[in-house]
This record gives sequence, structure tokens and C-alpha cells, in this order.
Amino acid sequence: MNAYWNPEIETMSRDALTTLQDRRLRTALNHAYTNCKPYRAKMEAAGILPGDINGVEDLWKLPMTHKSDLRDSYPYGMFAVPMGDVVRIHASSGTTGKQTVVGYTAQDIAVWGECMARCLTMAGATKDDIVHVSYGYGLFTGGLGGHIGGETIGAATIPASTGNTKRQLQMFSDFGSTVLLCTPSYAMHLGDAVLEEGIRDQLKLRIGLFGAEPWTEEMRGEIESRLGVRAHDIYGLSEVMGPGVSCDCPERKGLHVMEDHFLVEIVDPHTGKPLPDGVPGELVFTCVTKEALPLIRYNTRDICTIDRSPCACGRNLTRMGKITGRTDDMLIIRGVNVFPSQVESVLLGVAGVAPYYRLVVDRINNLDALEIQVEMTEGLFSDEERRIESTVRRIEKDVLSMLGISAKITLVSHGTIERFEGKAKRVLDRRTP
Amino acid sequence: MVIEQISVFVENKQGALSEVLEVLAEGKIDLRAISIADTSDFGILRMIVPDPDKTLALLKAKGITASKTEVTGCKLPDEPGALYRVLKTLEGISVEYIYAFLTRRDEDAYVIIRVEDNERAQEVLRAAGHTIIGSEDVYSL
Ligand SMILES: [Zn+2]
Repeated sequence: MNAYWNPEIETMSRDALTTLQDRRLRTALNHAYTNCKPYRAKMEAAGILPGDINGVEDLWKLPMTHKSDLRDSYPYGMFAVPMGDVVRIHASSGTTGKQTVVGYTAQDIAVWGECMARCLTMAGATKDDIVHVSYGYGLFTGGLGGHIGGETIGAATIPASTGNTKRQLQMFSDFGSTVLLCTPSYAMHLGDAVLEEGIRDQLKLRIGLFGAEPWTEEMRGEIESRLGVRAHDIYGLSEVMGPGVSCDCPERKGLHVMEDHFLVEIVDPHTGKPLPDGVPGELVFTCVTKEALPLIRYNTRDICTIDRSPCACGRNLTRMGKITGRTDDMLIIRGVNVFPSQVESVLLGVAGVAPYYRLVVDRINNLDALEIQVEMTEGLFSDEERRIESTVRRIEKDVLSMLGISAKITLVSHGTIERFEGKAKRVLDRRTP
Repeated sequence: MVIEQISVFVENKQGALSEVLEVLAEGKIDLRAISIADTSDFGILRMIVPDPDKTLALLKAKGITASKTEVTGCKLPDEPGALYRVLKTLEGISVEYIYAFLTRRDEDAYVIIRVEDNERAQEVLRAAGHTIIGSEDVYSL
């Protein structure tokens, strides 16, 4: 069963879509060049005028935009409309320094609602659902992004926000929530609580849309069995819009990008040159309809692949793979690129092991050392040390074959690794630069 | 006739064992016998208590990973070579671990033996004239 929120766009032929993108790209570049000084300066420095770009095929000629550009223009330096036309401000806190501030016009918010409505519909939600939004409400785009999606499709939408797990469970059962939106780590946490309380049978949850942090197929299975939902991956970032930039359809073979609004490219992290489809690299977006904050070739630093082939669901929108890491959370250990998500995928492949872990990187005798702290679980525990040891050896072996470097596995007590209700932070790097 | 033993995970860090013992003390759990398996990476605290189910629930409520295992108990005359004779009897049966304890009540020593097949081990021990003890015996010590 395939439902589309906007069948005309979602099933449009690639040729018709490209024509639409070309036209919108030219308009977006004119808008950025005319109304946003930093873009004008960037383009002038690169010796390019909006007129030099005919369409999507010329995209690679344009200079890239980075998070630092937004930070340097804090707070409103890259806004391209008068403040009188801005109706919403969001901000994301960086780990270093200033926040990144983003703005929206009424039209930008309408586009957001449209994109989120497509995602919810793609995942199977309808106006008869009860949409429970457990993303944080506030400056973070998750809460209000999920919210506008629920309202746009006409569903009863609960602004549950994040935290207070007991109350979340109470609302699940009392309000009859059928669709859940939150981060995958919070979904795991809620799932654990549901198991602990033994109330899974009282829940009506059937669909989950989880995003804002990378997760694995194994974690998808874990969440589905804990909460009894069909779990979809939803992607977005505040610089581009917020949640709803892409989402996986019932086929679940990649996340369809809302390409009539966001052009997508994959570039080589070292050279910045576009890579062929299917080759992993940095994900780059260009917003072609954004008014308040134009975004031209914004490098997300997320690592993934894209696939432009038609999907069995009937959509021709390009699919991006799961985010396998970020070039800025990428750890380089003994010269090898390591992503926390790789470790997570190993742990979820070992029976009885919970995906609660922490990577501790240290430099011992001038050599990088990786320790992976894994929580003890009932499934892993035994009264015989040799059984526990054999599971530990198995994890060590799988980590070695996945990462190409060895790691020491340390078992820690249950509950000692922090459960994250927002974005998970799983790395402690003790190496001094 | 088996004895229920409680096994507890003990993280390899300072104070981890005392944390577990503190929970047991607060719960007024009377430890009849105790043994600690210590590897370089973690430890397992094994113990015999009067009410295994209550103890297990108490530990779990505190988020401590623990499990219940059925083990064989055997009474030993308090004389040299007694433990050796028990192990000799069990030749051919793979013993995972074994630990002994004494009581104030009588002169005898007791051993806890962890094997895969309690029934078979007990048959062999009985045939060789050893006394098998069960939960009732050990809890009332
Ligand atoms: Zn599809």
C-alpha cells in the first residue's frame, strides 16, 4: 500500500523534476546573490555570477557553504529577507562556540509542513492517527517540525516533548498515541521503559519516525520489537529546514529527499569534488525554495551515499542511504577512520548485548588505544565467567573485522552509561592534541 | 535436590564490590556462603542466601545485574582429604566451579558444586556415600 501526500511531485518523472529544479535553482541563486551579502562575496571570490548557472548540471561550479559561514554571520548575517518577513527563529547549539541561528518566512514554514506531511504519509500515517511528538520543543527543530507535520496531515498532534518517561508512557496508554516521533536513542529508552512496565499490550503505537541522530538497521529491529511500531528513518537539519528533508518509504531502501525543495549531492571529503552515485562521501544540500535563509551547497559533514534510480514505492525522488557517520565525529585512531555507528552495529549483532556503549580513546605510550565500554545486561550475564568472556572475545573479534583496529572491551554495570534523551554523545577522546 | 545460588556481576572498578555488598546489607540479607570469581576484566560474586528470590528482586530493583543458578551442595566431614575425595568421585563430570564454607552450627564443612547436570552429579556422589544437602538444609544453617 502506497500513499502519497503530494503524488504529482513524489511520482514526477526525473526529466520533469530536473526542469523544475533548474528553474528553482536559478531563482534561488538570484535571491541569494541579490539579498545575502556573504553569498555575493563568495560567488564574486569564485568568479561566478548567477547567470553562469543554467541548472543542476552546473551546481558543482558553485562554492560550498559550511557551518562556520553561518556561525560567523551570527545571528542574522545570512538572512536574505527583512526581519519583518521572518516568522520563526530556531537555533542549534554547537559543541564549540556560538549557536547556529536559522530563520523562516511564513512560506518557509508552509514548505516545512508540506515536507513533514509527505514523510508522515510515506510512513503510513493519516489524519485519523494520534501523533505523539517526543522530540524536544524549543530552539531545536525536532519538536515543532514534527508538530507541524502532524497538524498538516490533520492528525491529532500531542506536543509531548522529551523527558519524564513515566508521563510519556501514561500518555501512550491514556491518549492512545499511534504515531511516535523522537530520536532513536529516546525511542530505545522509551522501549526499555515499556518493557519494564510490561504495558506493551496496552499501547496502540503502530508507526515511528525517528531521526536527528544516526542509527543502524539493528537498532531499528530493537526499537520495533520494544515498541511494536514500524520504524522509519527521518532526516533533517536545522540549517536546511529541520526534520523532513528526507524519509524512508515502506520499501525502506533509502530515504527519499524532497528534491523539489532540496538538491542533493555527495562530494569527496578531501577534494570537495562530486562523487558518482553509490560512492560514500559528504552530503551536500542546496535549498531552492528557501526565502529567509538561502542555502547554497551546504556541506552537512554527514557521510552517506545516494541512489537516483526509481523506487518500488513509485517515487522517483533520489534516495539517500543511512547516515553512516559524520566527518566531524569521525575519530581517527591509529590512522583509521572510526565512526561510533560502526561499533553500535557490531554490538547489536551480538545476542544479549544492549546498544549502550561509550568509546574511550586514549594515547598510551604514544599509541592510540580504543576502549569500548559496554553495559552488562541480563542477556549477557552468566554465573560462569568463561561464558561472559567468550561473548567479550566475540565482540573484540567483530570490532576488529569491522573497524580494522583492535579495541579493549570493558564490561560496565547496567545503567552506568547515560541514556540520552537528545542527541547521543558516545565518545570520550582523552588524547591531547 | 538443588540449592539456588545468586550470582552478581561486579564491574572491575574500585568500590564496585562494596556497592553490591551495601545493597545486601541494607536489605538485611544474611549471607550463608560467598565466593568471588575475579577475572582481569570483571568479577562474579556468588552467594547462598536464605531467600534467593527476595535477594534477586532486591538487586534488580537497584539495577544490579544478577541471576539465579541451581547448584549442588554436599556435606563434607571435617577431615583432611575430604574435598579431594568429592572431586575424585566427580571425575568425568565437568565441574565449572566449586567453593567451600563452614558453619558455626556443626563440625562439618560444605561445598557448593556447579555442574551442568545436577542430577547426575548427585547420583554419583550419593553412590560414593556422600551426603547431598538441599535448600532447606543450607538455609537453616
Ligand atoms: Zn520509495
